[in-house]
Amino acid sequence: MPYVANTEQDVKEMLQVIGCKNLDELWIKAEVKGPYPQFKYMPQAKSEFEVIKHIRELAKKNKTELVNFVGAGYYDHFIPAVVSEVTSRSEFYTAYTPYQPEASQGTLQAIYEYQSAICRLLGMSVSNASLYDGGTAVFEAMMLGCRVTKKRRAVISGAVSPIFREMLRCYSSNLSVELVEVPNTEVESSISSLLDAINDKTACVIVQYPNFFGVVEDWTDFVQEVHKKGAIAICSTYPTSLAMIKTPGEMGFDVVTAEGQCLGIPLSFGGPYLGIMACNDKCMRKMPGRICGQTVDKDGKIGYVLTIQAREQHIRRQDAMSNICSNENLCALTALVYMTVIGKEGLRQIAKLCSSKATYLRNLLLGIKGIEPVGDLPFFNEFVIKLPCDASEIVQKLIDRGFAVGFPLGRYYPTRRDQMLICVTEKRTKEEMKALANNMEAILWN
Amino acid sequence: MKKFTKEHEWVLLEGTVATIGITAHAAHELGDITYVELPSSGAQINAGEVLTVIESVKAASDVYSPVSGIVEAANQELEGNPQLVNESPEEEGWVCKLKGVDASELDDLMDEKEYRDYVELL
Repeated sequence: MPYVANTEQDVKEMLQVIGCKNLDELWIKAEVKGPYPQFKYMPQAKSEFEVIKHIRELAKKNKTELVNFVGAGYYDHFIPAVVSEVTSRSEFYTAYTPYQPEASQGTLQAIYEYQSAICRLLGMSVSNASLYDGGTAVFEAMMLGCRVTKKRRAVISGAVSPIFREMLRCYSSNLSVELVEVPNTEVESSISSLLDAINDKTACVIVQYPNFFGVVEDWTDFVQEVHKKGAIAICSTYPTSLAMIKTPGEMGFDVVTAEGQCLGIPLSFGGPYLGIMACNDKCMRKMPGRICGQTVDKDGKIGYVLTIQAREQHIRRQDAMSNICSNENLCALTALVYMTVIGKEGLRQIAKLCSSKATYLRNLLLGIKGIEPVGDLPFFNEFVIKLPCDASEIVQKLIDRGFAVGFPLGRYYPTRRDQMLICVTEKRTKEEMKALANNMEAILWN
Repeated sequence: MKKFTKEHEWVLLEGTVATIGITAHAAHELGDITYVELPSSGAQINAGEVLTVIESVKAASDVYSPVSGIVEAANQELEGNPQLVNESPEEEGWVCKLKGVDASELDDLMDEKEYRDYVELL
């Protein structure tokens, strides 16, 4: 079989069978909304050497050496070399999920330990073996809320990542789920509007903690109110921050999700990243994905197996808890090794460094003429500032000076073109932050 | 009056209250039962709709309601001891009770002998 997608001859034969003269006629019959796909401008075939050269030239256009102050859900934390040393061992190095306990004790034990670590970090009782990424995890949490309550309406805070909200809209566009987005006020979640939006048809409420603008809000009372109204409370979180702030579990959330990239996985456009999902006992049977459990063999020795599998698609078919999820095993292993290497105290130190350095940079920037704060609320390692010009212009100019300064909010919030979300991790030094402030001041006022 | 369905549920009608469970045959076929999802009180159920889900070590099966009614009670014993369905499927291992049930809905269901004959042929 030649590994060439449809040859001209194939296309001709297929069109003949379905009775179309040419592709344009097919697009019309298939009711494709124009412009129609074009295949005329495919480049000529090139040799392997030429392709490598071309791709290298493209790769050179990426600025990979910038001093990074961009967060917005994906964070530039330090990754100790030992992490990839362990995860790249051939015994571990597969993304494939093991079904056979007799052949996969090492991997299953690693998944079990990953789940245990996630439960402790999030303060929850059950974690699955991971999902694709933070955004799909929020979607799966929403569907979990619908299954538990047998309702089909989800309320989402505007302070949840706009990237995740876009994913929710996309995933649910052909499902009978009603999405209700509640706008936030500046950098704050609108707690009372969120509660007002809950009616007797509402399955779940989704919030983010710390929220997209970096603000840390205590949801304890909110969660109680949500429960009184019979809905499920879902929280998307930032694992690193939980080493120093109250856990979502302590606040009573039913389901907690997170993007796990911050736990030892390198920043990369398109991933692979890590979807974290954990829940309480009440939701356990409705949770999607694989779960690894500890058991004993016939001699009483400890062993590990996939468990509560009756929820999954190889058993429940179309009635499975999810038919579009898998786990991200290698990334989950990476997160486990990272958490093990860093340790509980290490993670606390990282969180403290992130938070105090962010406060330092915020003060430094607010000292520059024309830069103003947006809101004055407790934050973890991200904050929003207001500039006297379009933020995306500043971003471009600072790239030329070696800095990725932040996330221009105008990209997702059209009325906030002069605002920028800036993040600081433990990797940023005092010198780098001072240099950023100096360059910013120079661009604004010279 | 106790009747049976082709999907292996039994229903016992006393007045207008129907007690529903799965048959001994079904419990045996499922194997060790690990979890019974209990329907919530007050829910309106129509005949033929999924009443609940029973999970065993090898399968998860939907339990269909043979009749229409409102959930009056679910067998709370099953929450901590789902094995009760294996031990006593047609008595202590009942799943739930529906109220407001119309007796005529049982007319088309099998009686005990018809059901035993039906199972014989499977």
